[in-house]
Formats: sequence, C-alpha cells, structure tokens
Amino acid sequence: MLGRSANGIFWLFRNLERAENTARLIEAGFRMALTRDARDASDEWRSVIVTLGLRQLFEAKFGSDYAGPNVINFILRDRDNPGNVLTMCELARTNARMVRAGITREVWESVNDSWLKMRELLARPVTETRLGDVLDTLRRQSTQVRGAMEGTMLRNEIYNFARIGSFIERADNTARILDVKYYVLLPSISYVGSSLDNVQWENVLRSLAGERAYRWLNAGRMEARGIAEFLILDSRFPRSLAFCYGKLRSNLEHLAREYGCETDAHAILREADCDLHTITIDAIFEQGLHEYIAKFISRNTRLANQIQYDYRFID
Amino acid sequence: MKAASPSSYDEMFAADGSVRAAYRGYEQWYAEQPADLLRRKATEAEAFFRRTGITFNVYGNEDAEERLIPFDMVPRIIAAHQWRRLSRGIEQRVRALNAFLHDLYHRQEIVRSGRLPARLLEKNPAFLPQMVGFTPPGGVYTHIVGIDLVRTGEDEFMVLEDNARTPSGVSYMLENRETMMAMFPELFTRVRVREVSDYPRRLARSLAACLPPAAKGHQPVVAVLTPGIYNSAYFEHAFLADQMGAELVEGSDLRIENGRIAMRTTQGYQPIDVLYRRVDDDYLDPLTFKPESQLGVSGIMDVYRAGGITIANAPGTGIADDKAIYSFMPEIVEFYTGEKPILPNVPTWRCSEPDALKYVLEHLSELVVKEVHGSGGYGMLIGPTSSKKEIAAFAAKLAARPHNYIAQPTLSLSTVPILSRAGLTPRHVDLRPFVLVSPAGIDITPGGLTRVALKKGSLVVNSSQGGGTKDSWVLDD
Repeated sequence: MLGRSANGIFWLFRNLERAENTARLIEAGFRMALTRDARDASDEWRSVIVTLGLRQLFEAKFGSDYAGPNVINFILRDRDNPGNVLTMCELARTNARMVRAGITREVWESVNDSWLKMRELLARPVTETRLGDVLDTLRRQSTQVRGAMEGTMLRNEIYNFARIGSFIERADNTARILDVKYYVLLPSISYVGSSLDNVQWENVLRSLAGERAYRWLNAGRMEARGIAEFLILDSRFPRSLAFCYGKLRSNLEHLAREYGCETDAHAILREADCDLHTITIDAIFEQGLHEYIAKFISRNTRLANQIQYDYRFID
Repeated sequence: MKAASPSSYDEMFAADGSVRAAYRGYEQWYAEQPADLLRRKATEAEAFFRRTGITFNVYGNEDAEERLIPFDMVPRIIAAHQWRRLSRGIEQRVRALNAFLHDLYHRQEIVRSGRLPARLLEKNPAFLPQMVGFTPPGGVYTHIVGIDLVRTGEDEFMVLEDNARTPSGVSYMLENRETMMAMFPELFTRVRVREVSDYPRRLARSLAACLPPAAKGHQPVVAVLTPGIYNSAYFEHAFLADQMGAELVEGSDLRIENGRIAMRTTQGYQPIDVLYRRVDDDYLDPLTFKPESQLGVSGIMDVYRAGGITIANAPGTGIADDKAIYSFMPEIVEFYTGEKPILPNVPTWRCSEPDALKYVLEHLSELVVKEVHGSGGYGMLIGPTSSKKEIAAFAAKLAARPHNYIAQPTLSLSTVPILSRAGLTPRHVDLRPFVLVSPAGIDITPGGLTRVALKKGSLVVNSSQGGGTKDSWVLDD
C-alpha cells in the first residue's frame, strides 16, 4: 500500500472521530447550558471552547460574548475557525477520495453521504432549535461509516491504519476533555468534591458518552476518582485511554505480522500500554492528574508521529 | 408514437413511426411502464450518482467544483449484426494505428512512399523525437484507444475522431450499465444485452501482457498514474485502479530506484512494471518535457527507453490524434493492412491544399472547421450556428494559416430518444467504443460510451457543454 494512502486513510478516520467527539462535546455543553442561568450557561459554553483549544480564535472574533449561538456556529461552521466541523467532514471526504481505490464502495458512499448531509445542514446558521438535529445527524453518520467499515473492509493494512487513526484521535480527545474539565475549569481546588464539581464530572461523562455505563457500574455514585479511573483505566469502556491503547496494540501487532517486522512505533506503544496496565488511580492522583494526562497526550502525539514516519506517510 | 425529425436518422423509430427491430424488446417494456415511474427513477438515478460520487470537475468553475454528467435512461441499442461490422472496422483501424505509430518512429516508410507528407511531422509537438528508434514493450503503442463514431443512416457509420492518447469515459460506460441494472433489473431479463462489466479485468490482463524487460517473473505490478483529485477525470482514475486492484499513484509517490520507477509504499519503495498513465506526454517527465511539471517523474523517459517500465499509452501516440493525420487515415489503413477501410472517415478538406481551401472559404457557413492540433471543441468554427461577423473573423485566421485547419461538412448525426417531460424526444448522439491492445490481440468491449446532446437540435455532445450520456447496448444474438 502507498505511504500516501496510509496517510490519507489515517487522517480520514482521525477527522471523522474528531467530528464525532466535537458533536458530543457540544451536546454535553448544550445540556448543561439549558439547566443553568445565563451567566453560568456562558461559562459552560466557554468551557467547551477551551476544551477544543479554540479560546484565542473565538475571543478574537466575539470577545467574551459566549452566547450559545455564537459558540455553536463557531465550532460547527465558521470559516474563521479552521478546525470547524464542516471542514473536518470536508477533509475526511477529500482524504476518502484520495484513497478511493483502497476503501470499499460502502465506506466511500457513507463518507460522501455524510459530507453531503452535513454540507446541507450547515449551509445556514444553526439555531438552538436545529442543533439537536445537526448533532444527531453527525453522530448517526459517523456510526454509519464505522458500520460500513466493520462490515465490508478486508482486515488488512488499510483497515489497521484506519483503526490506528481512530484510536489515536479518540485517546487524544478523551485525555483532553478529562484534563481541561478537571484542571482548567474548576474555579479553585476548594471546589473539589462540591456539588459544582459533581455536575462538572457528570458533564465529562456525558461528553464521552459514558454516563450510563458509569452509573450502571457504580450504582449512581459520582465521584472524581471513580470517574477518572473509569475514563483512564477501564478497558471495557470504548472511549477510555486503556481501551484505545488495547486497540492500538492489536492494530500495530497486525501490521507487524503483515510486514514481518516491528518498528520504533511499537516500542513507544508498548511503553504506553504497559503503563496503563500497571498504574493505579491512586498513583495517578498522587503524581497529579494533570501531569499524568499531559505526559499521556505528549506520548500519544509522539506515537502518531512515529507511525507516520515508520510507515512512510510522507517522503 | 413520435417519429423523429425527418432530416436525421432516428435509431429507434423509422420515418413512418414504426419501431426498428433492435428497439422492439425495449419498446414493449417501455410501453408497459407507468408514465411517472421512469421520471421518478430519473431522480433516483441522480441521487445515486451524487452519493456514489460519480462526478467530474470543471476547470475554472469554483462554485460547482464537482458536477454530474446528466444520465438519460433510454438506452442506445445496437443490433448484433451492426456491431459485428463495427468491431471489424474498429479492429482494422486500431491495427493500422499501431503499425502506423511504429513506422513513424522507425523507418517512416509511409512518408518515403509519398503517401503522407513529411511536413505533417515536422514541428508537430505531438511527434516525440525521444521515441524515435525505440519499440515499446510488446510492440504496443496504444494500449487503450477510444474511436469516436457517428452515424448518419442505417448502415452509415463514420469515424469522427481517433483517441489514441488517453481516452476517458470508460467509467461512465460501466457505471451507466450498473445504474440501469440496479433500476430496471427485469428489463435485462427480457432483452439480452452483452456484458461490459469485465472491462477492468480485461484492461488489467491486457496491461500485464506488456511487461518491460526489467520485470521479474513475479506477479506484474500495475499502477495508475493520476494528476490528482482535482483532475476532471479523477473519479475514473480511482475507479479503474480500484477495479483492477492496482495502486493509484501520483507523481510525488514515485522515484527512480535501481533503474526502475518505484512507488513509496508503507514498506519502502516498490518497483512498478506497467504504468497506466492518465497524465499527458507534456507532464510525464519534467526532465524531458515541461520542466515545471509536478505531475510526472523526472527521468522516467530514460528508464522507459532502458526497458525499466512500460508506459501505457506509449508517449508520442498523440500524433495519431492530429486532425491533419486523421484526414489521411483511409490511406494509412490501406497502407498497413492492405485492405480497404471498413469504416470511412467523415469527409474532410485539408485547408493546406489550395483547391480545398478555396472551397472551404466559399462554404464556411455550411462547414465545421477544426484546428489540427486542437481537442475538445476548442478553437473551432461551427458554420451553421455562427454569425456573419464570426465567420468573417474566422476566414481571416484560416487564410493566414491554412495548414492549421481542416474542414468537415455539418453532419446530420443520428438521434436516439431521451426521456423528457413530453415523453420520448429525439436527440443527437455519438458513440465511443473502447479498445484494448496487447501482444495477444485486439479486444473491443461491446458497446462503449454514448454521448447525447440534451438540447434540442444541438450537435454538441461534449459533457463540458451540456452533453449527457446513455447506457449503450449491443444485443446478443
């Protein structure tokens, strides 16, 4: 397979994953904003913007006016935000066209369909009334692409690069949401354990589609340590860091088997994976959740870069 | 039943309104369909094309970056006995084209014998000196050819143009059939139509039969070279690569390693045996041709000449598309095959000849005048639809450089009905059959691409100018 195609498929799935995660983040923010008064609502929206790393860009345009419609449209479709969701869908489709010969017709059609639908839905500003519909469609479309992929793609190198793109991106997203919510958004450390803190944690779970699973596992108890453990170490939860790395390990192993050799990326992966398997949540809180997550994110980026290098994504 | 306009030959209806034999099965089926069903299907078909991304890009048109080529649901049907004659004629012509190209780049017997003026080759940018004295692997110049045919009567088929460079449109031939079969499966159980779907497999086999000397005994590595996703025919490039199980490469994926052209794979550089290039000669090798080109590979011509790779079609085949050369095709066919051409040319005046020029200048308002090196309808005059002023301006250009032009009568192209609001309405069509050439022989896919002018009375079938396409059927006996 061409290095350029591996790059294309990798970014196709990173962009799809990112678009989906962004939708979840907005959904959680919207729900929070609905249940708060106006000032707190705009705090909520600010936290969404901060989590996405868009604070500077957003404030350059709107100042500190974190009104819902501003935030929603900035994230979804504003050309002043180069990482808007519409652009992600467009990039995903451009990558899919580039690797058209490497994906099945079903996968291509679902990516293309997703872009056509999003382009139509995002052609005009999104009101709060339409938001539910837009986010729903976004999530459904990404489920459809995933389904097409699971059901039709040969389990070869192409599939593995696609999955690697998805899980690198997902791990990065989970880690960032966890970090920002915990470290940046709590007004001060004295809030830890307060009811505001609990609401925030619930919101973290909701952003990662994990609130139901967590409640089920913990009989409804909301507690920072438990939630962090769930999101970092519980390998049963498909958005946890441990789950993502379990998948990355198996996809990289497949590549090593198919190509008959391991690369430097495998060493980085083993180190990260081993860490996730041996560390306890107490040890993580002892060294500081923020420090732990920051280290994780930088290693995750290093792994992505090494994969791109080892498999000759670019010349 | 509606009869076609009396001036041109309608392929479905005879002048008395009766249905011609080839269309009888289809017409029976059509008559049974509720009126709104076909229109609803037309909308379905468009959604299908959009979803599957069968689009083409239009240069210089940023808003509509990807457009659909309109698809008409009434098939164009060719009787088995007509096709037999057509395919004999096409085979003869393609055989002659390859012999002609070999001769042009070697001894030029045809020039020595006085049948072809040497000046047609001199200073002709499509004639590549780099190819002189070199024989491509397997002796094949045009691995893929599209022969554009027009029809003016029951048995009157003529060749309008030869596309020996990089003919496009085959993906539409295949997708149009897929669409028709998906929408009207029962129609295909009633009318026996010859299959086209194995074209990609035949293409792959045909390309693999032309391995370069440097190829090892392993499974042949074939790649399709595309200018990239912004090229107007990108969909087709990706489609063919996908269908053949070949890699779709761009210039930036390629480099020279150990005297071979190699592509950058996830496991390092891998040599390519056969490159089906969809990049023009000019852009193929920046070292040899256009230095600013980013689409090709520097040094590929040296590798090619040293036997490191097969390029399909061979560089320099474009000379056969030249319209001045075209006007000599009847002589060319006879010279190399020793037979009379089965398929005639459209009558052509060479403006380089004084008598012809005089006639053309006197009859400009009736003629179509084309530049000899032009393609795709650019730089031409369509007399009957031009104003006096346009004709006068063109006459001046023509008189100044007569060598640069040929002229043809405005043909009354045959019509096939399209489905319009008013039901079946005749529109002018042409036909491009696709031909594969390998050392094992010449392989013609039954049918081809039918292009149709959607505007009433229009003779322009080009997709860039409002033309559409139809599924083309060759009936099975």
